Amino acid sequence: MSFFERMMTIDRRILYVIMAFAVVVPLIFPLGLPVTITPEVKNVYDKIERLNPEDVIMVALCYDPSTISEMQPMAFAVLRHCFAKKLKVIVSGSFLTGVVLMEQDTRKIAEECGYEYGRDYIYLGYNPYPAVVIMGMGENFRIPYPKDYYGNPLDDLKMMRGLQNYDDIKFVLNITATNSIDFWILYGHERYRVPLGLGIVAVSATNYYPYLQSGQIFGIIPGLKGASEYEKLISRRDSASVGMDIQSVAHVAILLFILLGNVGYFMTKKGRKG
Amino acid sequence: MKRQFPLVITFCVGLFMFVQFFVPHEFSARFYQQALRWMLIIGVYAMALGIMSLWMSHYRKVKARKEGWGFSMATLIGFACMFIFGLLNITGVQETLYETAYNYVMVPVMSAMFALLAFFIASAAYRAFRARTVTATVLLLAAVVVMLGRIPLGEFLTFHFGVKLGIPQLCDWILYIPNMASKRAITLGIGLGSIAMSVKILLGVERSYMGGK
Repeated sequence: MSFFERMMTIDRRILYVIMAFAVVVPLIFPLGLPVTITPEVKNVYDKIERLNPEDVIMVALCYDPSTISEMQPMAFAVLRHCFAKKLKVIVSGSFLTGVVLMEQDTRKIAEECGYEYGRDYIYLGYNPYPAVVIMGMGENFRIPYPKDYYGNPLDDLKMMRGLQNYDDIKFVLNITATNSIDFWILYGHERYRVPLGLGIVAVSATNYYPYLQSGQIFGIIPGLKGASEYEKLISRRDSASVGMDIQSVAHVAILLFILLGNVGYFMTKKGRKG
Repeated sequence: MKRQFPLVITFCVGLFMFVQFFVPHEFSARFYQQALRWMLIIGVYAMALGIMSLWMSHYRKVKARKEGWGFSMATLIGFACMFIFGLLNITGVQETLYETAYNYVMVPVMSAMFALLAFFIASAAYRAFRARTVTATVLLLAAVVVMLGRIPLGEFLTFHFGVKLGIPQLCDWILYIPNMASKRAITLGIGLGSIAMSVKILLGVERSYMGGK
């Protein structure tokens, strides 16, 4: 087997080892690569920034442990921003296998920011069938959620007094690892006209740029990159910024693998023709 | 009768839900809100059916000692433990047993599974992304640009010729122009298909949701 043929058939275990180094080294020695703010992330930040204290928004979380590395930094950054602005936040956790995780994440940031449950924020928890839940909340939050995650009737929570439906909140920010934003666009925005923002895993982000251009969503926080931009905007470097160093090196490693494979392919092809 | 009755219900309810959307009357709004409550209740029953089906299929596999029955056994044990922990809500050292099992078993297992993707993607990209044809080359170039454009490192590959020109700008162009055009076409196609399917269900032409042929 020639050198170029070998370049095309590197053992996958070697690739795995190189990949492991690409992930671990920047974790130990952070590079601190600069992050540039994109307009779609800035739009979400500005929308929150323009609100007044006591304004109510909804953060619809929708992730589970499988996407924790991308979604948790995003949720933390957004919640920290909301809580720093003294907004009232309704949080829902619409992913069955992530209900506990999303509750813990919300509670962690609330405690860190001195937020009181029931007065400053609430956690609704999970209900099956996102489309029905979104439509139900459009009529009255109490239809899909007569009680919150902890079993308190919504009317017993100070923050919820006088809040009926989307007309009483400023907007919904859906931080999701699923296609739940499709339901939010279809039913939340189109039927009830609630403004929508989106935070989504990088792999799905490209699907939603058309909605950004059409104005159906006002901003997108795409994946870990978006989360790191948000951390920069709120001036708090956290796990997304560290993660971007790792992702950068890992992407470069994958690109080098692709380059190696293609150089091998073309040189072998050339050799055969020659 | 067994097949006609569900068809009549589907037609009547479907038609009513369609009409009520355009009628802002109090009765219409109340019916709609009631329908939403029904849907949620039916949803919970559907979930219960799903859980039963999952349990039975794994139980049968274990009972018959079929290939991979050990995995089914693990599923059943995990399921039973989480069900009992959730139901009893026993408090452990700092948190409930359910939370302990979730935080120290489910979270690491699911995170680890997803983390492995990085290695599989690296290996798959190395083998699959070869510029064998023109279309494969276009795909390869687009992938390279987007991969570089979505990381801070891509910023170093930006040049200033009066205007910013570089990988991130090219990445944005790919996302906003060709990606958007194709996505729009797909979305419109799905939308039209959904309307056609809804009409077929409403009129009883499409009956596969009732099971059978």
